[in-house]
Amino acid sequence: MDIFLQQIINGLTLGSVYAIVALGYTMVYGIIQLINFAHGELVMIGAMVAFSVINALAGTHLPPVLIVLIGVLAAVPACMLVGYAMERIAYRPLRNAPRLAPLITAIGISIILQHVALLVWSRNPLAFPQIIPFVTFSVGGAIISGVQIAIILISVLMMGALTFMVYRTKLGIAMRATSQNPQVAGLMGIDIDRIISFTFIVGAALAAVAGVMVGTYYGIAHYGMGSLLGMKAFSAAVLGGIGNLAGAMLGGILLGIVEALGAGYIGDLTNNVFGSNYQDVFAFLVLIGVLVFRPSGLLGERVGDRA
Amino acid sequence: MTLLELRGLEVAYGGIKAVKGISLSVAKGELVCLIGTNGAGKTTTLKAIAGLLPVAADAILYDGAPIGGRRAFELVRRGLALVPEGRGVFGQLTVEENLAMGAYVRSDAAAVKLDLERVFSLFPRLAERRSQSAGTLSGGEQQMLAIGRALMSRPKLLLLDEPSMGLAPLMVQKIFETILAVAREGVTILLVEQNARLALEVGSRGYVMETGLITLSGPACELLTDPKVRAAYLGEAD
Ligand SMILES: Nc1ncnc2c1ncn2[C@@H]1O[C@H](COP(=O)(O)OP(=O)(O)OP(=O)(O)O)[C@@H](O)[C@H]1O
Ligand SMILES: [Mg+2]
Repeated sequence: MDIFLQQIINGLTLGSVYAIVALGYTMVYGIIQLINFAHGELVMIGAMVAFSVINALAGTHLPPVLIVLIGVLAAVPACMLVGYAMERIAYRPLRNAPRLAPLITAIGISIILQHVALLVWSRNPLAFPQIIPFVTFSVGGAIISGVQIAIILISVLMMGALTFMVYRTKLGIAMRATSQNPQVAGLMGIDIDRIISFTFIVGAALAAVAGVMVGTYYGIAHYGMGSLLGMKAFSAAVLGGIGNLAGAMLGGILLGIVEALGAGYIGDLTNNVFGSNYQDVFAFLVLIGVLVFRPSGLLGERVGDRA
Repeated sequence: MTLLELRGLEVAYGGIKAVKGISLSVAKGELVCLIGTNGAGKTTTLKAIAGLLPVAADAILYDGAPIGGRRAFELVRRGLALVPEGRGVFGQLTVEENLAMGAYVRSDAAAVKLDLERVFSLFPRLAERRSQSAGTLSGGEQQMLAIGRALMSRPKLLLLDEPSMGLAPLMVQKIFETILAVAREGVTILLVEQNARLALEVGSRGYVMETGLITLSGPACELLTDPKVRAAYLGEAD
């Protein structure tokens, strides 16, 4: 078996998920310069809602793909609603407050959402029922599963659709205009409150799908899964240059690959002192490295450019 | 018929009044200018009219209705457009995207397309640079873009805040020719300018503002010959 190729495949899979989650961080940052620390919890809620629905339907004789699709269709609007509500209730009143206030609020929202999830679903994880047959394909000495292919394809599709929306539609241009100069955007007739709500809703929808994907990949979902994943995706957004869409995608993929390669080789490199259970450390090493050597990220603009 | 009327408009930043109760009116089709020294409160006045600053509702009448305190994005739909001081182009959007944002509130795609061509014929320089990002334009080109963008909303009332600021004389002349052309098409204009002579030459009436108050007003030709105006704003001794 080709370990290198195998880790690249695994890294691409996880990296696609990071990229989708990182997009949510970066879009919100781009428009209101807030790091929405509660974004990871949207991923968790997406996974939990979807898994609840999928488990409820697992006994029926519906086709498995349809069951998962229904799960996604339940998770997406649920997350959109939570995303909309967190901006409307918690962040909007703080729009003109010092920047630390919404940041601390975001951390608070994150904790609240975790505890609500704990109340609703208890601390026991939800397992993904064995409804999807485990199909695998072998490519050049490595193995790629059907779930991995689906995750990568769906992520690429969503990234393409989002890029099209942001760069080619009137709404997307209005989003970019608002992020550059909200006051002048208002003078164009753009209702910036609506644009900001819309940004949260789109980010939340992506987070919901990401939650289902990562839950399906690991076969498990629990109330705390959002925080680590969220921190990694945030690191990916910073790696790419926060506020930059292409940066979030690139950062996510790169981070996934670094992590997978790190996990694959850390045992050999350290003579088995550290094992692959240390894989989580790589995301944060990357984050620290970026902050030290290139704070604006790989594709980040210099701050002076966003006048 | 009056399109815009200010009735004792007051605007404060925190506790400090920048505009201390001014009244003025602009009739439909008129080009009126508002001149005054730095810090007089001209920009503050225009921002208040455009809905960017909180003011009392009945201090501003537009088309007969009180609009004070209405938010900017609502007023655009009612035909009010402000070209802000310093132009405010979206630097990372292309020229064409900037113009598209000017037409954001409109849904008549075919007419928007015609207006886009009209702006391009008004400012051929913008047509050549349509896919260039606006941040790379020269100051004069950015001013053209800001005016063209405001025209894309088909305004009834156009508020212009120092369109000549920082431009070379030739470019100032070009911008003012355009302002006159727009006015001739029937767009009502309230023009704020440091360049008092130029403003009074194109405007029909003028108001002079000092430290938050209007101290003088009248037909432009009278203001041009007024000794106080000549001394303070036209740089001429009596
Ligand atoms: N955001 C603000 N916060 C506090 N004070 C302000 C603010 N904007 C303007 N001011 C004050 O209000 C007064 C009027 O300013 P304004 O910008 O309206 O003047 P102006 O006539 O447009 O001057 P200029 O010709 O230099 O553009 C000034 O004293 C200014 O310092
Ligand atoms: Mg001013």
